[in-house]
Amino acid sequence: MKNRYKSGEIFIWFTGMGLGISLIMISGLLVLILLNGKDYFWASELREITLNDGRKILGEVVKEELIPNYNLPDSLKNTGLKRIQLKIGNRDIYGFDFQWIDARNIISVNFPDDAVTIERTEFGNFYGFIRELIIDDKIIKSDQPDFIIKVKEQADEIAAYREQIKSIEKSDIGEINYNIESLRLEIKKIQYQEDDKSKAERLIAELNKAIAIENSKYEQLKLKVDSLRSLASLYSIYCEDINGRPKTISLLDVVRFYQPNQMNFTSKLGFTFTKIFEFIFDEPRESNTEGGVFPAIFGTVMMVLIMSIFTVPLGVLAALYLREYARQGTLVRLVRIAVNNLAGVPSIVFGVFGLGFFIYFVGGTIDQLFYPERLPAPTWGTGGILWASLTLSLLTVPVVIVATEEALTQIPRGMREAALALGATKWQVTRRIIIPAAMPGILTGLILAMARAAGEVAPLMITGVVKLAPTLPFDANFPFFHLDRKFMHLGFHIYDVGFQSPNIEAALPMVFTTTLLLILIVVLLNITAMIIRARLRKKYKSSAF
Amino acid sequence: MELVNKDIVEKPNGSTDKKSKLKVEVKNLDFYYGDTLALEKITMNIPSHEVTALIGPSGCGKSTFLRTLNRMNDLIDNVRVEGEIIIDGKDIYKSGLDVVQLRKKVGMIFQKSNPFPKSIYENVAFGLRIGGLGNKSKSELDEIVEFSLKQAALWDEVKDRLDESALGLSGGQQQRLCIARALAIKPEILLMDEPASALDPISTAKIEELIHELRKKYTIVIVTHNLQQAARVSNYTAFFYLGRLIEFDKTSKIFTNPSNKQTEDYITGRFG
Repeated sequence: MKNRYKSGEIFIWFTGMGLGISLIMISGLLVLILLNGKDYFWASELREITLNDGRKILGEVVKEELIPNYNLPDSLKNTGLKRIQLKIGNRDIYGFDFQWIDARNIISVNFPDDAVTIERTEFGNFYGFIRELIIDDKIIKSDQPDFIIKVKEQADEIAAYREQIKSIEKSDIGEINYNIESLRLEIKKIQYQEDDKSKAERLIAELNKAIAIENSKYEQLKLKVDSLRSLASLYSIYCEDINGRPKTISLLDVVRFYQPNQMNFTSKLGFTFTKIFEFIFDEPRESNTEGGVFPAIFGTVMMVLIMSIFTVPLGVLAALYLREYARQGTLVRLVRIAVNNLAGVPSIVFGVFGLGFFIYFVGGTIDQLFYPERLPAPTWGTGGILWASLTLSLLTVPVVIVATEEALTQIPRGMREAALALGATKWQVTRRIIIPAAMPGILTGLILAMARAAGEVAPLMITGVVKLAPTLPFDANFPFFHLDRKFMHLGFHIYDVGFQSPNIEAALPMVFTTTLLLILIVVLLNITAMIIRARLRKKYKSSAF
Repeated sequence: MELVNKDIVEKPNGSTDKKSKLKVEVKNLDFYYGDTLALEKITMNIPSHEVTALIGPSGCGKSTFLRTLNRMNDLIDNVRVEGEIIIDGKDIYKSGLDVVQLRKKVGMIFQKSNPFPKSIYENVAFGLRIGGLGNKSKSELDEIVEFSLKQAALWDEVKDRLDESALGLSGGQQQRLCIARALAIKPEILLMDEPASALDPISTAKIEELIHELRKKYTIVIVTHNLQQAARVSNYTAFFYLGRLIEFDKTSKIFTNPSNKQTEDYITGRFG
């Protein structure tokens, strides 16, 4: 034993153990997230459970667990008695989505073939049976041949209407609103700035005319939307829940419906892909607990990219000065220590700084200088994607500085001397030799910075992230990038859906899938940077000789 | 220590008939690292279009001396130079002198080959590109690159892979590439700091052959630890010891009949 201790063998075991535990923790995390999130994408079958009091319940099994002994009479202890949690949906009828059922109370379980899951734009899923398709005053009963296919056809048709309405409301009416808002601000500006009364009046009259034109456009669009809506509202389905309670659902409210008990593995897989597609490319519904997370993905990626645009040049320049130009001494050493410590400052501190400096001071000043007509409503003096990105670049700049400095020290002295001996100036050496050779190191810094920035939530909450942003920070309205806008972020989305939503139980799968997506995005951004780095490394690998 | 006089310079080595001129005049050069005196009262006249070898034991100051000739020592903090180094009539340590221009005129080859992590072509073209191409066209650039590589006896080996990384070349090829790179900006003086010390005998032979060729066009100052090499390639030899120039004369004289006892001891291997 003593010999083993001396030879250090035990410590080798310890190091191996350390690595093993880390790996297990990471893979455990991923597996856990995957398992918890998968329900969101899977067409779970619907169970009809008959209870001993004669009631029937229809729903998806969410969880199954042993009943703890202290809840049981002595005779039943340790008998492996279970209880299951069912998602029963129909929130508008029952008032709640989930129910626990004791196995003792179950008389029978079966899987009715015609049970249907209807995803709705409001009130979550409906579980039950479709009895009739109502088109205006025509009624098709469910015993007709090809009933479900007909319903599907109609639902698809109405879905197209819904898309059309959404696109008019979002982009066309959105654009009109944007125009009216800017015209209105123009008027305010003229009132504020123009001294010549008659000229001001003339200009305002013109602008008012323009607003009137926009308004009439809006009225036309509104008419169109209304007519689409009333047309679509003629189509509905009459449904019943498992106990025969009636519910008529307008097809306009049906996102999709399916009969999971009839679906085979392939069609379930197809369903999963549809759901994944929706998750990535659609907007959230029902206070973020349903639908997709596209705005959050967009916001996260855009914020990380803006952050990189600021943080990399800043960090590289700072590192170049520290390593190449500054006279190495006590002061530089102190600066270096300070920079290293800055990387460890809690992120909320940066958030508060961003709020105080960027939003209140810089943003406030910009507002006073350039947008006085909009005050007191702030334009730049409130949270936005630019301020959030700048705050994060402050947070991550130490990482870039440290990584770049590390890379600079690795560049052989001979390479600098060779360039200088060829008559290069110091700047030429830096630009043509040092920076390219340090590029892999700089990218390492960028990778670390992106990973950190993508995962930060705390500083964003006070610098511009919101639960639901009505518009993306990039759209077709000039100047296309609207960096003053608030934005959505996956990290905040997780927090919001998981802890702030009215129906937490229903939102849980969303929390896990969003987490998984956030991890995937960070990995994707990192892999991109790593591929570039690998290419550069190959190109700039230092001399083998 | 007036070891060098015009006579030596004006009596060229037997192999060449034309008269050599002075290229570099060093007068009373003192060099300090901080407070340490590294070179003391060096006075030496380096003839044009000849190969001058600097020999001496490690730490004797020969590399330091070499690096004063193109002011590479400026890169080190805390150094001080006293005395004069006059190249083509100009004191290179006079304030206001353009170091960049000086280094273009006085090229340097280092002990460790140090190609840039770029293609072979770009390595040779580097000096031209940073100097501003002026109105040189691509074809002129190509010509200069080709000419430089030919001068460095590397053209035949690399002409088909000019776009490949220079780091893929062998050690000897890399060193010749560094020579080509230095030649491309048309220097007048080439300083070589033990250019073959890290190479195998065959590569060394190639470099030595190259030095022979280059002598016709350039003034070469070479530091070497290898006495045979000094004897083979140089016309003049300077022996440094403890920061002082002990003897400077024609190579044939230094190696056959040195006038100084220390030189003789070193040449015959009694110390160093």
